Amino acid sequence: MKAPSLRIYAIAYLIFLYAPIILLPMFAFNDSKVVQFPLKGFTLEWFQQMSNDAQLGIAVKNSLIIALSSSTLATTLGIFAARASTRFSFPAKGSIMGLIMLPMVLPEIIVAMSLLIVLLSIGVKLSLFTIILGHVLICTPFAVAILSSAFQSLDKSLEEAAYDLGETPLSTFRLIILPLVLPGIISAFLICFTISIDEFIIANFLGSGEAVLSVYIFGQFRFPAKVPSMLALGTILVLLSICLLTIAEYFRRRGIAKTGGKDTGGFL
Amino acid sequence: MNQNGILARIRRSEGASGLTIVSPTAVYAILLLAAPLATVLLFSVLTSENGHIVWAFSLENYQTVFSHPVYRAIMARSLTVSTLVTLATVVLAYPLAYYISFHVSASRKSLWLFLVTLPFWTSYIIRVSLWRVILGYNGVIDSALMDMGLIGEPLNILSNGVTSIVITLAHAYAPFAILPIFVSLEKVDRALLEAGQDLGESKLRTFWRVTLPLSMPGVIAAVLIVFIPTVGDYVTPELIGGGKVPMIANMIESQLLKQRDQALGSALSVTVMAIVAVVSILFLLLNRRFIGGQK
Repeated sequence: MKAPSLRIYAIAYLIFLYAPIILLPMFAFNDSKVVQFPLKGFTLEWFQQMSNDAQLGIAVKNSLIIALSSSTLATTLGIFAARASTRFSFPAKGSIMGLIMLPMVLPEIIVAMSLLIVLLSIGVKLSLFTIILGHVLICTPFAVAILSSAFQSLDKSLEEAAYDLGETPLSTFRLIILPLVLPGIISAFLICFTISIDEFIIANFLGSGEAVLSVYIFGQFRFPAKVPSMLALGTILVLLSICLLTIAEYFRRRGIAKTGGKDTGGFL
Repeated sequence: MNQNGILARIRRSEGASGLTIVSPTAVYAILLLAAPLATVLLFSVLTSENGHIVWAFSLENYQTVFSHPVYRAIMARSLTVSTLVTLATVVLAYPLAYYISFHVSASRKSLWLFLVTLPFWTSYIIRVSLWRVILGYNGVIDSALMDMGLIGEPLNILSNGVTSIVITLAHAYAPFAILPIFVSLEKVDRALLEAGQDLGESKLRTFWRVTLPLSMPGVIAAVLIVFIPTVGDYVTPELIGGGKVPMIANMIESQLLKQRDQALGSALSVTVMAIVAVVSILFLLLNRRFIGGQK
């Protein structure tokens, strides 16, 4: 190993990156109402307090409804766009794909506010449904990005072979393409799910005040007494995200292996 | 003779089927993104009265945005904060990306990238809120340093709004800077570096004259990817700054929802988009120059 100073720097950087996540469980199990050193002792009180929180239960349920619907919709829309952009050339392709991918580079507050203005002026009532509309919009580009690389690595001759053997475009898609890109679809779905459950701005502004997880957490952190039980909740959420992402990464790699590609690493 | 006709027909049908397949996604984006953005653009040149839009064309909103001292101050603060965040994030990220690209064995690169991206996928709200707990009065940093006897008084970094916002955002956007820089460093032809050293350049000079210029496209991508979302960040000023150091996003929210001035709120939104667009175009031009210079 050359460059020891660089290595030390890299490790220090990782510590900076992981500092909040390491502190999370430390204080979630700490027997003290205030979050500061030295640690006082082990307790499960905060987890208990969290599980007795009825409002939190509703928020979790609502967030799950939102995340499941928006990741399903975004992945479906992503399949259409990724398939069209990798396989066909069509008029105005650049601008159409640009518009679909735009939410990735637009400040989220702008997406949320412009949607809000339109929804309010045509008289749509804010609800969980309006949050879903917004989440689909911001999740779709991520789904398209992941799915495009899945579709890109498809061997076109497999498809042509299926046509030669008398399959219709639809049955070819179902029998040949879908199984090959399935790992990409699962990974896109999981990523969209993680984004949606985490998202705050749209959930806050396009919601009707019905409890949603991220908005609820945001509100609770204002009360110092509630912080420890929010840290307990955070510990559970972080564990869940890590599990989901490891599964997503597993499927992404399997997908690459399946189509015979080379792993270039990383999600983004 | 017929060949051209058939080719044209195939192309036409390919275009048609491509359009058909992309249409659900495209229609969704047009209805829920393009139309709302157009509405905002329209509202920004109309007038607001008692929370309603009146069909009277005026550029007064933009005049207010650019001349009113409060808006100017908030805009200047947003730009300063984003610039500082971008600078800090990219400068801190470069050595790490360099380390992963040049000093980590090929089989372990994926693992490192996974480690770097992982924190990004855990709850943003919780990460930001945690920084509040870490930086706050008698918080984690204060209590740890006082325990070790390094400081006598709490530092209370949180009371310095801009500093704590910069730390929090530099943490939140780290992977966005590392990944593009890493990708561009991976593309640097290693033979060029050997050539540089064979010709008698020192390691540092090879880095300065070969590696750094060749990785500039990644650096520029990183700058854009960090700058754009931080200009419009809403959560961090609200949670970390305690609402005392509002940035543009908080101002847009307050105009649209609290003051119910949709026209002025729209004008602010359009201004943010314009700033983002101008910065993007500037950096993309810069990027083209780097690519052009390399030949």
